[in-house]
Amino acid sequence: MRKFYTLLAREVQSYFYSPIAYIVLVFFLIVSGVDFYFQISFMNQRPVPYSVQEAFFNSVFFWFAFVLIFPLITMRLFAEEFKLGTIEPLMTAPVRDWQVVLSKFFGALVFYIILWVPTALYFGIFQYVTGRPAAGSSGAYWGSYLMLLLLGMFYLSVGCLASVLTKNQIIAAIISFCAITLLFFLGLVQFILLDVSSATRDLLGYFSALEHMGTFSRGVIDTRPIVLYLSMTVVMLTLTYQAFQSRKWRL
Amino acid sequence: MIKVENLTKRYAGQPAIRDLNFEVGKGEIMGFLGPNGAGKTTTMRILAGFMPATSGRALIAGFDIFEQSLQARTRLGYMPEHVPLYNDMRVTEYLDYRAALKGVPHRRIAERVGDVKELCGLRDVEKKIIGALSKGYRQRVGLADALLHEPDLLILDEPTIGLDPNQIRQVRELIKNLGRQHTILLSTHILPEVEMTCSRVIIIHKGRIEACDTPENLLSQLRQVGGVMLEAKVGKDNGADELRKISAVRDVTTDVDGEWNVFSLRVESGADVREEVFRLAAARRWTVRELTQRRATLEDVFVEITHADEMERSSI
Repeated sequence: MRKFYTLLAREVQSYFYSPIAYIVLVFFLIVSGVDFYFQISFMNQRPVPYSVQEAFFNSVFFWFAFVLIFPLITMRLFAEEFKLGTIEPLMTAPVRDWQVVLSKFFGALVFYIILWVPTALYFGIFQYVTGRPAAGSSGAYWGSYLMLLLLGMFYLSVGCLASVLTKNQIIAAIISFCAITLLFFLGLVQFILLDVSSATRDLLGYFSALEHMGTFSRGVIDTRPIVLYLSMTVVMLTLTYQAFQSRKWRL
Repeated sequence: MIKVENLTKRYAGQPAIRDLNFEVGKGEIMGFLGPNGAGKTTTMRILAGFMPATSGRALIAGFDIFEQSLQARTRLGYMPEHVPLYNDMRVTEYLDYRAALKGVPHRRIAERVGDVKELCGLRDVEKKIIGALSKGYRQRVGLADALLHEPDLLILDEPTIGLDPNQIRQVRELIKNLGRQHTILLSTHILPEVEMTCSRVIIIHKGRIEACDTPENLLSQLRQVGGVMLEAKVGKDNGADELRKISAVRDVTTDVDGEWNVFSLRVESGADVREEVFRLAAARRWTVRELTQRRATLEDVFVEITHADEMERSSI
C-alpha cells in the first residue's frame, strides 16, 4: 500500500510540474466563472423555477468545459511514460501493474477534484452576498457534487484507457475526446430520434449524463446512475489494466 | 546470482536472442559484448523483468524473473539504456521517490539517498532539475537510482555510452569499486572497458552466445595472436619475399607510404619475430624507422567472432 501512495503522490505532483495543470485550472475557472455570472444575471431579469446551483450545473457552459477537460487531464498518464521511456525504470522497480494503473487513475481523480473545489466557493459567496441559499436544499449540493464525482470517474477511466493505447499524447487526447463526446451525445439521441419507440428512448435515457445531472442537482439521489458509472469505471480500468499488461507481450 | 536457461525472445516471429545459457556467480563483473542489434538490450530487459521471454527462463538470486517477478526485482538494480528519467523532478526528489518505490524503509531513505549521491558524485547537482542535467550527470542519476536499495545484482545497459573520456574513466572506476560488493552485469560495445573492468565476458552475436570466458582466456584462444609491423626503405629488394623466409611468419602484406614500405607480418601464435626481422634488415641494409609488435586485444577477438561468418559468406 505504501508503494501505491508513493506512486499516487508522484502522479498528483507531476500535474503541477507541467504547465498543462495551470492551463486547465485557469480555463476551467474562467468558464465556470462565466457560467455562474451568466446564470445570476439571467435570473435577475426574470423569475425562473430553478435554483442558481441547479442552473450552474446544467448549463451549456458547464457541459462544454466538462467534456473538454478529460482529454487534457488524462492524455499524458501513460503515453508520456511510454514516450520518455520512463516506463522502463518504473516497471523494473518492484511495483505491481495494478498499483501503477490505479495510481494513475486516482492521481487524475485527485487533480479533477482540486479543479472543482473553487466552485464550492461560488455558492458560499452567493449566500454571503444575497443572504439566500444558492440551492433549494443542502441535498442538492451533495447530489451535484456526487454526480460530478461519478461522471468524473467514468470519463477519467475512459481517458486512462485511451492513454495506455498509444505513446503519442495527442492521439491519446483525440481518442478520449471522441469517446467521451460520443458517450455524451448518446444521451442526446433520444431528443433527435423522435419516431423511435419509447423503450429505445428510455434505454438511451439511462446513459444520458444530462439527465443524471438534472436529477442529482435537484437533490434526488438515484441509485441507477451510481451503479452505472461505478461499474463502467471498473470495466474501463480493467480494460486499461489488460492493455497495460499486454504491452509486455507486444514489445 | 543470475542463471539463464534456454532463453529465447522473438519479436513478431523474428528471433532477437536464441537459446541463451549462462550463469553469473556472486561477486562477478560480467561484461556483455556484442555489435548493435546483437540482442544485448533484449537480454538485459528480460533479466530486469521489463518484458517476458518467449521461452526459457531466467533466475535472479534464485527467483524466476517472470514467475516471482517482485522478489527478483527487489534484488536487482537496473539502469536502462539512455537512462530515461522524469525530466521535471529534482535530483534529490527523484531519488527519494525511487527509494520509496523500491521499498527502502522510510527512516533509511535520507541516509541511502545521501550515500548514493556521495558515491555517484551528485552532490553538486542535487537541487537541479533533471531535465537541465548534462548527459554525464543523467547517467550518474541512473546509476545512483540502480544502487538505492542496495541490490545484490546490478544490471547496467551501456553505462558509459555518450560520456566524455574523463567521465568514462570515472564511471569505470565506480563500477570497479561497486564490483567489490555487488554482482554486475554490464553491456557495452567499448572493448577496452571490458578488458579493464570485467572478470568474465560474454560475446553475443546475432542473438547467440559466441564466447564466454575470462578476457585473458579469450585472448589466448585467438588464432592469430597479433603480429609485427615494420616500416622500412628496402631499396630494390622485394621486402615481402625476404620477410616470408623467416620461419614463424605466415603472411606478409605490403603498403607503400611515399618511399617507405609498410609491412604487416602475421606470425604464428606465441612467436616473437622482431629479432629476426631486425637481423634481416641489418643484413640487407634496409633503413628502418619503425618495428613494433602489435598485441592482440579483445577487439581482435570481437572482430574475429563477429565477422567470421560474414567473411565466410563473402568467400562463397
